[in-house]
Amino acid sequence: MGVDFEPRIVAFMCNWCTYAAADTAGVSRMQQPPNVLPIRVMCSGRVSPEMVLRTFRAGADGVLVMGCHIGDCHYNSGNHRTAKRIPLLRNLLSYAGINPDRLRLAWVSSAEAPRFVEVTNEFIKTIRALGPLSQGVTE
Amino acid sequence: MATLIIDGQEVHAEEGQTVLEVARANGFEIPTLCYHPQLEPYGACRLCIVEVIRRGRSRLETSCTYPARDGLVIKTKSPPVIEARAVILGLLLSRCPNVPVIQELALEYGITEPPFPVEDPEEKCILCGLCVRTCHELVKADVLNFSQRGIERRVGPPFLEKTRQCIGCGACTIVCPTGAIEIVLEQAGIYKEKPLGPTAAIWVPSLQAVPRVPVIDTDACIRFRQNDRTEGEIADACGVCQMVCEAGAINFDQQDEVVEVDVGTVIVATGFQMWDPAQLSQYSYGKSPNIITGMEFEHLSNAGGITSGEILLADGRKPEQVAIIHCVGSRDHNAHEYCSRICCMYSLKQAHLVRDKTDAAVYEFYMDMRAFGKGYEEFYERVQEEGVVMIRGRGAEVEVLPDGKLRVKGEDANLGRLVYVDVDMVVLSTAIEAPHDANQVAALFGLSRSVDGFFAEAHPKMRPVETNTGGVFLAGAAQAPKDVPDTVAHAGAAASMALALMDQGEVTISPAVAVVDEELCSGCKTCISLCPYTAISFIEEDNVARVNEALCKGCGTCVAACPAGAIEALHFTDEQIVAQIEGVLAWV
Ligand SMILES: Cc1cc2nc3c(=O)[nH]c(=O)nc-3n(C[C@H](O)[C@H](O)[C@H](O)COP(=O)(O)OP(=O)(O)OC[C@H]3O[C@@H](n4cnc5c(N)ncnc54)[C@H](O)[C@@H]3O)c2cc1C
Ligand code: SF4
Ligand code: FES
Ligand code: FES
Repeated sequence: MGVDFEPRIVAFMCNWCTYAAADTAGVSRMQQPPNVLPIRVMCSGRVSPEMVLRTFRAGADGVLVMGCHIGDCHYNSGNHRTAKRIPLLRNLLSYAGINPDRLRLAWVSSAEAPRFVEVTNEFIKTIRALGPLSQGVTE
Repeated sequence: MATLIIDGQEVHAEEGQTVLEVARANGFEIPTLCYHPQLEPYGACRLCIVEVIRRGRSRLETSCTYPARDGLVIKTKSPPVIEARAVILGLLLSRCPNVPVIQELALEYGITEPPFPVEDPEEKCILCGLCVRTCHELVKADVLNFSQRGIERRVGPPFLEKTRQCIGCGACTIVCPTGAIEIVLEQAGIYKEKPLGPTAAIWVPSLQAVPRVPVIDTDACIRFRQNDRTEGEIADACGVCQMVCEAGAINFDQQDEVVEVDVGTVIVATGFQMWDPAQLSQYSYGKSPNIITGMEFEHLSNAGGITSGEILLADGRKPEQVAIIHCVGSRDHNAHEYCSRICCMYSLKQAHLVRDKTDAAVYEFYMDMRAFGKGYEEFYERVQEEGVVMIRGRGAEVEVLPDGKLRVKGEDANLGRLVYVDVDMVVLSTAIEAPHDANQVAALFGLSRSVDGFFAEAHPKMRPVETNTGGVFLAGAAQAPKDVPDTVAHAGAAASMALALMDQGEVTISPAVAVVDEELCSGCKTCISLCPYTAISFIEEDNVARVNEALCKGCGTCVAACPAGAIEALHFTDEQIVAQIEGVLAWV
C-alpha cells in the first residue's frame, strides 16, 4: 500500500439533489481532490446492485451512491428503494471478497454543496486507508 | 303609503316608520339622545319632541315613538317645541352638568348654566336606557337593567355587582351617549396576543386587498361569542352588521370550505414569515411594549390601523426619540446568515415616516446600507437630508431602563467605539424567513429548498421561476426575500410561463423513460409496485409488464429492480452507464 496510491472512486449521483450539489460545489470553487468520478443517474433508485458490482469489476476502489434525503426524492419514493438495496448489498459484498466499507450510501441535497465535499473527502480518506482493491484477492 | 306635512313640506312615509325616521330621511334635523336605529325606541330623553297636529289638535309628542300616520302635520321647530326642548335640556344639564354632549346641546338652546340645583356634578347617566336595550335586544346578555324608582332610578347589573353574565363586549360603552360607562379590564383582552389587532369584531384585514371585503373575527364577535358561551341557546345575538349592510352581504352561517379544483399548472407564491426576535434575548423584544418589529410599525403607521396612522407609544404619547436597528436576525450566525434584502429599504421608509409624522429624532443602526434598486440610493440620500442620524454598526443590545426608556447600545464602526442612545421607541428590522410550513408545501409539490429555507428555483441564473417539478412555478418571496417591485416582476414571469404552458395545450415529456423488453419480461410483477407514478401496468393476456410513457418520469427504479434485466431506461441504459464507468476509470 504505497503512499502515492490514488483511490479511484465512482460516485453515482441523482440528477436532482447530489448532482446539483456537486455542481454548486464546483461553481463555488470548493476544493476537492479529483479522485471522485461522477456518474449521473436520474434517481439513486436507478442504481442496481449489479451496476455497483460491475463498477468494482471495472476497477473502482470505492463506490459512493448519493441521492436526495428521504422525503426529498424527486420521484417521491425512488430513494426508499436505494435505502433498502445498498445496505443489503453491503452485507453481501464480503461474499464477493470486497470490504463493505468500500461502498457507501449518502444523502446530499442540492443545497448541501459543503456536505458533498465533506462526504467525498471523508470517503477518499477511508479508501486511501483501505488501499487499492486488488482484483482477484479476497479482502 | 302615508303622506305627512313636515314644516310645510309634503313627505311620504313607509308602513311602520316613526315620525323621527321620516323626518330624518327627509333631511329635517331633530336632536336625540336615547334613539338608536337598531334598537326599539324608548322615548326616555324627550329631546326629539315635535308638535303633532292631528284633526286640528296640536300636541307635543316624542317623534321617535310616534307612528308616521297619514295626514299628520308636524312642526319640528315651532316655538312650543323650542321652549319644551329648552326645559328638557335645562333639566338634563342640571342632572349632568359636566357632560360635553349635553352642554353643547344646551348651548344650542341658549342655556349655559344648569337652571336647577345640581346634586352630583359627576353624574353622567341620563337614564336613556340605550345600554339596557343594547344588552337586552342585541347582545342578549341581559346584564344591565333599571333598578329602583323615581329619583332613585339607576342603571346597572343586578345588585350593582360584577356578574359573570357580562361577556365584556363593550357594546354598552359604545352606545352610551354621555360616556357614563367605562370598561375595566380585569383580564387581558381578547387581543393580548395581537395588541395591534383589529379595533372591531368585523374588520377589513387589508385595506389594499382586492376585493376589499371585511371578515368577522369570531373570537370577538358578540353573536359568535354568545352562541359559543350558551352552546347555541342564544344564537341570534347582535347582528347589527347584518341590519346595516344594505347589500345583505352578511351571512353568519358561512363556513370554511375545502374547494377542489383541477389545474394544469401551479404557481407557488407562499411568501415569507417574520422571524421572531424574542429568540435573541439581547433585543429585549417583549420586555417593553415600545420595542416593536418592523411589521408592527407597519400596522402602527397604517392609516387603517389602531391609531389611524399616528405613530404613538404604548401610553399614547408621541415618541421623542426612535431607534431603528437593522439586520435583526439577518446576517447573524446565531439566526439567519443571509441578508433579508428588504429591511434596509423598509427601515429607511419607516425612518422617513417617523420624521414626517412626528418631531422625533431618529437613529438608524445599520451594518451596510443595501439600497440596491432603482431610485433607492436617491431615497437614502433624501432620508439623510431629513435629519435621520445614521450610525454604522450593528445595534447590539436594547436595555429597558427603570423609567421605561430604552437604551440602545452598539458599535459605531466609523468612530471605532461603543455608543449608546436613550430612546422611547425601538423598531427592530427583523429578518424574514421561509414560512414554518414550507416543508409541507415542498413535499406537496416536490420542491427543493435552498440552504436558507426558501424554495429552490430550477437554476439560479437561467430558470429563476421554474422548479424541478414540471408545471410548478415560483413567484415572489417564496423563492427568496424580495421587495414588491421584484416580487411583481417575478410573479409576472411565473404567470407568463404558466400561460405559455397552458396555451400549448400539450406538454413535451422527457424522452428518458423506461421501456419493457417484452421478450425478456417473465411477468414477475416486481416492478409494478415499485413505480412511484403507477406508470407500469401488467397486461394479463400477454403476461408482461408495460410502461405508460406519458406517466413515466424516468427515475429508473424499476430498471434497477428487474430480475430479468427486461427494463431499460432510455438514455440511461445499463450499457450507457457502464460505458461511462469504464470510460472514467480508464481515464485515471
Ligand atoms: C415590515 C415590512 C415592510 C415592508 N415594506 C415594503 C415596502 O415599503 N416596499 C416594498 O416594495 N416592499 C416592502 N416589503 C416587502 C414586501 O412585503 C414583500 O416584497 C411582499 O410581501 C412579497 O410578496 P409575496 O406575495 O411574495 O409574499 P407575501 O406577501 O408573504 O404573501 C404570501 C401569501 O401567501 C399566503 N400563504 C402562505 N402559505 C400558504 C399556504 N400554504 N397556502 C395558501 N396560502 C399561503 C400568505 O398568507 C400570504 O398571504 C416589506 C416587508 C416587511 C416585512
Ligand atoms: S437588507 Fe439591510 S437590514 Fe436587511 S439584512 Fe440586509 S443589510 Fe441587514
Ligand atoms: S431523485 Fe434524488 S434520490 Fe430520487
Ligand atoms: S330620542 Fe325620542 S325620547 Fe330620546
